[in-house]
Amino acid sequence: MALDKATVARIAALARIKVPEAELDALAGELSKILTWVEQLNEIDVTGVEPMTAVAHARPPLRADGVTDGGIRDKILANAPETTNGFFVVPKVVE
Amino acid sequence: MSGLIKGRTGEWEVVIGLEVHAQVISRAKLFSGAATDFGAEPNTQVSFVDAAFPGMLPVINRFCVEQAVKTGLGLDAEIHLSSVFDRKNYFYADLPAGYQISQFSRPVVGKGKIVLDLSDGTTREIGITRVHLEQDAGKSLHDQHPTKTYVDLNRAGVALMEIVSEPDLRTAKEAGAYLRKLRAILRYLGTCDANMEEGNLRCDCNVSVRKPGGKLGTRCEIKNVNSVRFVMQAIEHEARRQIEVIEDGGAVKQETRLFDSGKGVTRSMRTKEESHDYRYFPDPDLLPLTFDADWVEGLKTSLPELPDVKKARFMRDYKLSAYDAGLLVAERENAEYFEAVAKGRDPKLASNWVTVELFGALNKLGKGIADSPIDPKNLGELIDLIADSTLSGRLAKDVFAEMITSGKRARVIVDEKGLRQVTDTGAIEAAIDMVLAKEPAKVAEYRAGKEKLLAFFVGQVMKATQGKANPALVNELLKKKLAG
Amino acid sequence: MNLTSLTIGRARDGLRRKAFKARELAEAYIKAMAAARPLNAYLVETPDRALEAAAQTDARLQKGEALPLDGVPVAVKDLFCTEGVETTAASKILGGFVPPYESTVTANLWRNGALMLGKTNLDEFAMGSATITGARGPTENPWRRRGDNRPLVPGGSSGGSAAAVAARAALAATGTDTGGSIRQPASFCGIVGLKPTYGRCSRWGIIAFASSLDQAGPMTRDVRDAAIMLQAMAGHDPRDSTSAPVPVPDFEKAVGQSIKGLRIGIPKEYRLDGMPKEIEVLWQRGIDWIKAAGATPVEISLKLTRYALATYYIIAPAEASSNLARYDGVRFGLRVPGETLDAMYENTRGQGFGAEVRRRVLIGTYVLSAGYYDAYYLKAQKIRTLIARDFAEAYRNCDAILTPTAPSAAFAIGEKMDDPIAMYLNDVFTVPVNLAGLPGISVPAGLSQDGLPLGLQVIGKAFDEETVLRVAAVLEDAAKFDATPALATGLA
Ligand SMILES: [Mg+2]
Ligand SMILES: [Zn+2]
Repeated sequence: MALDKATVARIAALARIKVPEAELDALAGELSKILTWVEQLNEIDVTGVEPMTAVAHARPPLRADGVTDGGIRDKILANAPETTNGFFVVPKVVE
Repeated sequence: MSGLIKGRTGEWEVVIGLEVHAQVISRAKLFSGAATDFGAEPNTQVSFVDAAFPGMLPVINRFCVEQAVKTGLGLDAEIHLSSVFDRKNYFYADLPAGYQISQFSRPVVGKGKIVLDLSDGTTREIGITRVHLEQDAGKSLHDQHPTKTYVDLNRAGVALMEIVSEPDLRTAKEAGAYLRKLRAILRYLGTCDANMEEGNLRCDCNVSVRKPGGKLGTRCEIKNVNSVRFVMQAIEHEARRQIEVIEDGGAVKQETRLFDSGKGVTRSMRTKEESHDYRYFPDPDLLPLTFDADWVEGLKTSLPELPDVKKARFMRDYKLSAYDAGLLVAERENAEYFEAVAKGRDPKLASNWVTVELFGALNKLGKGIADSPIDPKNLGELIDLIADSTLSGRLAKDVFAEMITSGKRARVIVDEKGLRQVTDTGAIEAAIDMVLAKEPAKVAEYRAGKEKLLAFFVGQVMKATQGKANPALVNELLKKKLAG
Repeated sequence: MNLTSLTIGRARDGLRRKAFKARELAEAYIKAMAAARPLNAYLVETPDRALEAAAQTDARLQKGEALPLDGVPVAVKDLFCTEGVETTAASKILGGFVPPYESTVTANLWRNGALMLGKTNLDEFAMGSATITGARGPTENPWRRRGDNRPLVPGGSSGGSAAAVAARAALAATGTDTGGSIRQPASFCGIVGLKPTYGRCSRWGIIAFASSLDQAGPMTRDVRDAAIMLQAMAGHDPRDSTSAPVPVPDFEKAVGQSIKGLRIGIPKEYRLDGMPKEIEVLWQRGIDWIKAAGATPVEISLKLTRYALATYYIIAPAEASSNLARYDGVRFGLRVPGETLDAMYENTRGQGFGAEVRRRVLIGTYVLSAGYYDAYYLKAQKIRTLIARDFAEAYRNCDAILTPTAPSAAFAIGEKMDDPIAMYLNDVFTVPVNLAGLPGISVPAGLSQDGLPLGLQVIGKAFDEETVLRVAAVLEDAAKFDATPALATGLA
């Protein structure tokens, strides 16, 4: 699958990664090459095959409904670029 | 009910489906051990898992799963013994991981139904498409600072059940009835507090219109409406808006809209050019959720009696009308109150006193049954006083009013005010004689055939006895005397 | 005696015999770590912490209460969160991040008496096979080609750990393996690298690359050390839903046990076109060794081998695109300002991620996006089912599988860098093992014509690391690999 510049720009926006306009062409080329390469998988017939969502076959452990965590606001906020009054702070979101 | 809306070009049918987010009652969050309590200081109920720190992993809360399965059972739904948690990917400040753990292709609960009790006593079945478990997001505060948004993650990760209905609803009223019924079921089950004002029940409405029986129209989604009344208003307005658009020769655009409760209108949300692309895929941090049929069976047997079954029992055992029974079972506490009053008494009388007098009085006071100034024992006592003819219906109402304001027991009020009903025929005959003596002209008219005047005489006699005379006796004796 | 030439097994004996103190062992490694700085194997050195822990070990040894790994100086791949010590996954986007928690695996090590020397370099977010994509530059392999002083890659992504162990600048190290990231650098650096069964070691506190494939494991000087390390690292962790609730056997006991009567699968599809002759020769030698030890080589078929890489390069980026969404400049790490929230996200992630991470996040986003999910992601998951089925089928006829670890020896820094797919081919022999969730080990088995180490891989059944270790120890004994790298600073 050959990706064009516009598609790469759309994917980059979806992934919230700023790609300078000047790099879009080169990136489209790289990504297209990888996608074309993985398309070798089309040679395989997967009719009736279940997709594998997990390697492990065990049941997931289930937790009891107890409060065992939280109350660590200082640690939660310690690495944040900007905080105030116990909140994380981000640029204003206009709804 | 037809429920069709009249437009300029004829009648229109409204097609409504509701998506309800119900906050699961649990102590801890869906995937972490942080607390779910409402109103805590910002970011104090947050674990590293909730804040999506590097290397943190979710572990499913067993009780939340149990709550969802119970809800499914309460909706008469198919329980999926194997379901999958998926990631719904999007970026937002209060979504720390950049994805919400939800269930997409394989929800824990499948098809079910809710039976609506309509005001004419009939019922209507509304299909439930699915119920799935997912995480709530945090809270963004946009009004604290001119250029910044503040983020509190206390709510991030709290368990929600998304309950999706089939597009089976046809009127705003039905949508309201659906929400009230769903709320009742959730409360009976104890799986959600279902308080829309506090935000633990939130409703998205999908609305479209079509000519009766025609092809489905394009739908709009009205997001996050937070009261039953607003849901009904929003649907009503949205349906009329869509009809107008079409009748003006336009086409309804599929979009997300917001309800402005101040103006009573819906308006388009500013949407981005690109539509959402959530890139759902199974969360590789979680294995498929599986359980045994036995476990589900066990939960089923532990369920409380739900509104529909209770209603049928009330109709059967107490011989109540569908309407009264429906009214009584709408809230679990109401039904329990009624049964306590009805025990060993005339159920019809009990039902009347609860649904008419008590509900009416509580409504005026703006109180719920839990805060009723009269407990079931006292209301029962009042009914007993009617049954043994101590009080007439009329007197009982006065006593009841006094009970509501003072909270005193019925017997105490009766004794204090000497409100005992007069059943002594001598006393009543004396009062009748006095009234007839005072109104010779009316007596003559009555005897000439104007029998309607009987009510007048009864009123006068009751007045003369300060309302204490037994009305049945008054009637009987009056007729006798007038016949003369 | 040169303390840094000892294995864990020997160092353990020496400490218990009181031949030397834990402090002396720690000091020797701190010195070697400093001398190895030109390799850029370590991103963070924690000598004070190591000495403090060594003092505690000495106190325990004094009382005769030694723990299983007491006094063993370990290097930790900088993908494991370590409480109070900067952890960045070699990414600019996590610059300055100091975790307020300790990963389960490293906590297990410290609980067993090991001490931390520092955090080692890797490919950014473990995405790579050469340890060249990290924000703080490449790591050099301590080995050199004969008569050629050009720096070589240590393999990756656990290249810092591999280089540190090979250079005698750490007695052992932790790595993580998503598609070969423990085994391939072990092969390139002439050490032992073990990827356990998926679920054997907890992933809690390890920065995620691709959750369904990631697995932590030890990187050591010999097979016995790998067993000793795994013993301490492994175990069920209720905080990781994919951690297996199975008992941890005595792995060290397996080392030295006979392999007589075992059937060892030799997958015919691993004979790739254009595979270097010396790799084939090495493999044949391995087959001869296990035969000599009484095992029977049997030809098996892993039909989908050649499709495993492409499958992996859909699944791993897809999971990564989602796992890396949390690096958004809000709660930790880098923030590059922007007018709006979205602009802040885009700036932060645009500048915070390097080229390879960006490439994979975009591929992953694409293969999950509307209209492409079925054609790419779902298809890859179905092929993953078939690959796992291939192994299950093969194991009906054999007890373990023997293959080369990588299709080549270490290459020079700068080679293969402009062609992502050429780089991806490094993992052609290791990736199928991750897709099937199986255990695999790389054992140094010989030298290339250029004098560089080459590894053989033993693949086991799920949760049968014991057989893997048994076969690996036999190969190790037969190979008598005793070459040391040119830049073994610890030996200088
Ligand atoms: Mg929805
Ligand atoms: Zn939802």
